[in-house]
Amino acid sequence: MQNQLPSDSNCPAPGFAGAGEPRRGFVAKLAAIVIGGIVGIVPAAVGLATFLNPLRAKVKEQQRPSGSDAEGYYRVTTFDSVSATPQPFKIIADRKDAWNTYPKDAIGTVFLQRVGASEVRAFNVSCPHAGCAVDWRATRELYHCPCHNSSFAADGRRDPRSPSARDLDSLEVRVVEGVVFVKFQDFKAGVKEKKPA
Amino acid sequence: MKMLLNWLDDRTGYKALMHEALYERVPGGARWRYVWGSTLVYTFSVQLVTGLFLWMAYSPSSQTAWESVYYIQHEMLLGWLLRGIHHFTAQAMVVLLVVHLLQVIIDGAYKAPREVNFWLGLILMMVVLGLSLTGYLLPWDQKGYWATKVATNIAGITPVVGSEVQALAVGGANYGHHTLTRFFALHAGLLPALLVGFLALHIYVFRRHGLTVADPIHKPDTTFWPDQVLKDVVACLAVLATVLFLVLYHGAGPAGGAELGAPADPTEKYSAARPEWYFLFLFQFLKYFPGESEIIGAMVIPGAIVGVLALMPLIGRWKLGHGFNVAFIFGILIGIGVLTGLAVRADRLDDDYRLAVEDADRKAERVKQLVQIRGIGPEGAVVLLREDPKTWGAALFATKCASCHRYDGHDGTGKVSKELATASDLSTFGTRKWIHGILTDPAGPKYFGATPNRPEIGELFTAGDMAGWVKENVSSGKVTAEEIDAVVEFLASLSEHRDIAAIDAAKVAKGREFFAQGRDGVSGTCYECHAIKVKDDPEGLFSDPSAQIATGAPELTGYGSTAWLRSFLHKPGDKKLYGSHNWMPAFGESLTEREIEMIVDWLLHRWPE
Repeated sequence: MQNQLPSDSNCPAPGFAGAGEPRRGFVAKLAAIVIGGIVGIVPAAVGLATFLNPLRAKVKEQQRPSGSDAEGYYRVTTFDSVSATPQPFKIIADRKDAWNTYPKDAIGTVFLQRVGASEVRAFNVSCPHAGCAVDWRATRELYHCPCHNSSFAADGRRDPRSPSARDLDSLEVRVVEGVVFVKFQDFKAGVKEKKPA
Repeated sequence: MKMLLNWLDDRTGYKALMHEALYERVPGGARWRYVWGSTLVYTFSVQLVTGLFLWMAYSPSSQTAWESVYYIQHEMLLGWLLRGIHHFTAQAMVVLLVVHLLQVIIDGAYKAPREVNFWLGLILMMVVLGLSLTGYLLPWDQKGYWATKVATNIAGITPVVGSEVQALAVGGANYGHHTLTRFFALHAGLLPALLVGFLALHIYVFRRHGLTVADPIHKPDTTFWPDQVLKDVVACLAVLATVLFLVLYHGAGPAGGAELGAPADPTEKYSAARPEWYFLFLFQFLKYFPGESEIIGAMVIPGAIVGVLALMPLIGRWKLGHGFNVAFIFGILIGIGVLTGLAVRADRLDDDYRLAVEDADRKAERVKQLVQIRGIGPEGAVVLLREDPKTWGAALFATKCASCHRYDGHDGTGKVSKELATASDLSTFGTRKWIHGILTDPAGPKYFGATPNRPEIGELFTAGDMAGWVKENVSSGKVTAEEIDAVVEFLASLSEHRDIAAIDAAKVAKGREFFAQGRDGVSGTCYECHAIKVKDDPEGLFSDPSAQIATGAPELTGYGSTAWLRSFLHKPGDKKLYGSHNWMPAFGESLTEREIEMIVDWLLHRWPE
């Protein structure tokens, strides 16, 4: 019996104050719990609010890099520098990280490949499976993810044995007067549908 | 449910523990006087919780500490409130600590068998003071930086090992990344761990001996739960309410709560450096120890006081010991009170200190404005003020120009000199007001009127050619107000002062003509003395290569532009400017190009707004 305490303990003796006034005791207990709850919750809740800060829409908006046009296209390179072999190109923009602004910094990488005479194909390097960066394997002519071995054909189609649930994320491209613009965006990893992250 | 709890109890024995914790006997009934220890435990818990959340957003390095605190304060949801609670709870903790100590000494609760617990309490007090000292640095603002520099320099005078102690605290030869990482590790790691450990011992020993009861027959005995707990939580609520009041008293929202000064800048003096208010007495105390005797005020006497505190349980055994102890602690508190009062009073009476605080507040405001305008680059926020003409230009003016010139009567930073000015007051330089003044009252106090204060210059300017021309033509009314306005507009069109709004082209054309050719009935022209070149000069008004024949009449090409002012600062004695009439030092030799740019941009109000 754990509750049986030694006789010299602080155990309340019979006929003890409060015992004769159960109602008062109840009110005191309730008040103690309520007030104790308040003094405990207030600081914790304020802390929790700051912890939940990243979920605010405003934060997402503030952290968005600036450097694209109104439709989200970034100037990447000249048409002439894009070859028939896929090559990685950095997207340069003003990057924001919490309190810092990094002017003209790399915010991501895309693979660009010339297709036919005037078309450019663009993929986000992030593997749609878990976000590792894929490589172009020239010998096998496919994109390969070094993490979980997802493979994608040059047109982005996934190898059916890949852990990735969808094809490589293609990006919209515009070629204007010899300059390649890409609508660079990240997509949510690990799901079948391609939706913006 | 009951079965599950019984199982848990069987395996852990938690019920006995809970019983032990909650049903401690309170002889003589629950009383308000027993709440102080509990409020201290509460404030510490608040610090743990709020500190943990601050930790999640804080980044200790000299390029990110201020910046991350700025982000907490200004960008994160309720971040200002979180910081405010942490800041003011720290202060509440120090106050409650003193109350608790005072009560223990007055009640004689340090006497046998509670000596060890008293010593544990003293250790806890040192840990709390250590926490507040280390926490003060973490925002890495000017205030924290300079206060910490003083504190670590004091540690540096410790005999024998001083330099080593200081180097270990600072984390190297200079204050920087490792000062912050070390202070942060102390503040968020070591010291809280010590506090938890010693607090556990303190409470364990307290429970072992029970409360020190003054009159056990006050009321019937009761138990800790719920009667005393209720009183304790009500006291905690009062503490929380006080803390919230203090936060909100300093303003609700990011601009309020705990203060955040300008980022720490080792190259920027900070005359408003003061420790947190509860260390002000030590700060004041050190003023009385000249030269090498500092160690007596900084270590020997404070050490002796703590020594006496530690000996109190032993002193209390003597007949008069308790009386001595009570008198001692009151003596110390009165001494602290008096010293704090003296420190506050000295600062109140000190105009330099008041100006330094105003300057610090202005810089704190300004840097936040600059963060909004320019953002914080990878080099951190400290460069924002260093590259800001509004801040740096004014400071340079104060040190380099204000020994002769004035800026709206002061030195550019608000400080009014008792010395007489010996050169112009440049607060309106480059504006229409300035040009108008020069044209109508060149010998006035804001223009050349101050130059005779330097006897060597005498009336060279106040009775010079320009003053003579104005007297003859303007003061006499020969030149109309309209003509003056036109010349003002023409010269304003050359100025790059930020406040030159839309230019009236018709007036400019008129002013140009008057400048070059004057008018019948008016003696001489501006162009006779002042050379000038303008971009479009279809009429060929300014094509005379022999213009500028008068010594001391500056060329006015681009007058009030950054280029004009820059070359003026470089070499005012150039023959195109004041020539042999010049009295101003050539700053091209003593200032860097960047510094000259700062002064120029400041004078022309060309700063980001």
